[in-house]
Amino acid sequence: MSSSPPVKLIGHFASPFVHRAAAALRLKGVPYEFIQEDLENKSELMLANNPIHKKVPVLLHGDRAVCESLVIVEYVDEAFDGPPLLPADPYDRAMARFWAHFMDTKFSQPFWLAYWSEGEAQKAVVKETKENLALLEAQLNGKRFFGGDTPGYLDIAACVLGPWIGVLEEVTGVTLVNGNEFPALCQWAKEYSSSEALEPCHPDRDRLVAYFTENKEKYKMMAKTMLQQ
Amino acid sequence: MAGEKKQGLQLLDFWVSPFGQRCRIALDEKGLSYEYLEQDLANKSELLLRANPVHKKIPVLLHAGRPVCESLIIVQYLDEAFPATPALLPAGDPYARAQARFWADYVDKKLYDCGTRLWKLKGDGHAQARTEMVEILRTLEGALGEGRFFGGEAFGFVDVALVPFTSWFLTYERFGDLSVEKECPKLAAWAKRCAERPSVAKNLYPPEKVYEFICGLKKRFGIE
Repeated sequence: MSSSPPVKLIGHFASPFVHRAAAALRLKGVPYEFIQEDLENKSELMLANNPIHKKVPVLLHGDRAVCESLVIVEYVDEAFDGPPLLPADPYDRAMARFWAHFMDTKFSQPFWLAYWSEGEAQKAVVKETKENLALLEAQLNGKRFFGGDTPGYLDIAACVLGPWIGVLEEVTGVTLVNGNEFPALCQWAKEYSSSEALEPCHPDRDRLVAYFTENKEKYKMMAKTMLQQ
Repeated sequence: MAGEKKQGLQLLDFWVSPFGQRCRIALDEKGLSYEYLEQDLANKSELLLRANPVHKKIPVLLHAGRPVCESLIIVQYLDEAFPATPALLPAGDPYARAQARFWADYVDKKLYDCGTRLWKLKGDGHAQARTEMVEILRTLEGALGEGRFFGGEAFGFVDVALVPFTSWFLTYERFGDLSVEKECPKLAAWAKRCAERPSVAKNLYPPEKVYEFICGLKKRFGIE
């Protein structure tokens, strides 16, 4: 087999978007070098390879640069051999893409605001988030993972509901994904977080707690600003 | 018609929606017949609410009764469910496909929202939107490069994602006091090239009609 050009992932350990890219590489069995980016002081390498959005993750595969986490996941699925991340059936693929898109659009903002906001505004986003969580709970529908028996595209897309939930709960004191209302999601979080295949790219819990604690006031300020708009 | 029933394709849509037009253009490019079902967005039908309970939006493709939502997901679905039809995403080239997905996503993230702010806002908000719109159009022109289409020689995924917005250029120009021809001549030329395709000519509304629609919205929302 011809040797593939080296793979590098520019990212940040705390980002669930970066994790998606790392998880895809792990599940496909692709070795890669992780380059931690200082988001306060963006590198030439990152800016040169993602001039449009100037964000992580950025996948470098030889002289190719791929940006946007879900675009990276599909690229990894298609460019490398290994177990498929997306299901085979076109309709199932469309459903997986739909729910991943849901994570990034309808789900995302209220979810973050629910942890970092306060008072009446927080009540509203908590309610909205729980409605969104119920939709995701229903999608699991008795399965171990969204992808079936093993984690796939949608599990990776929903990764924030795995290793990040416990950390966010600890740092903010807000509990959203409780076992009473969302038993399937809680079980999924356990399965996802303890997956042997994904273990190497799960963020270190203590490091994540420290990171979010350090940035707590900043996130609370951002939440306030977002809610005022 | 027998063709529609056999393939069982229906499109829940709204006439002026550029997102819906992506689907119409993709279906025509692939030679797929379908039943077009115009939706009343002020009074959403049971069919629409059942087909897209999460977002309650158009477009929705129904294939043998099963709903697919989100315009770019619909277009990819058509590529994958009908592999014998002309492919819109470049076949067999993961990097080209990644580029196409990236740029279609860019159009989704940037263009419609900026355009909306351009006709809705005044003062600083409007000035900001105008600056952003020029940047977005220039960026897209950069992505087009020297190719006839975004994918190169063949009309493809990014072209489908962007071309419905060419009917909105006039609206952006009038509200933004800008000229697409002046700012981005290559993009303007690409728009003309696309307009020659039957799928595009058939499915886009004249720019004046889009402008008229937006002016109507402004009146309705009391934005002067």
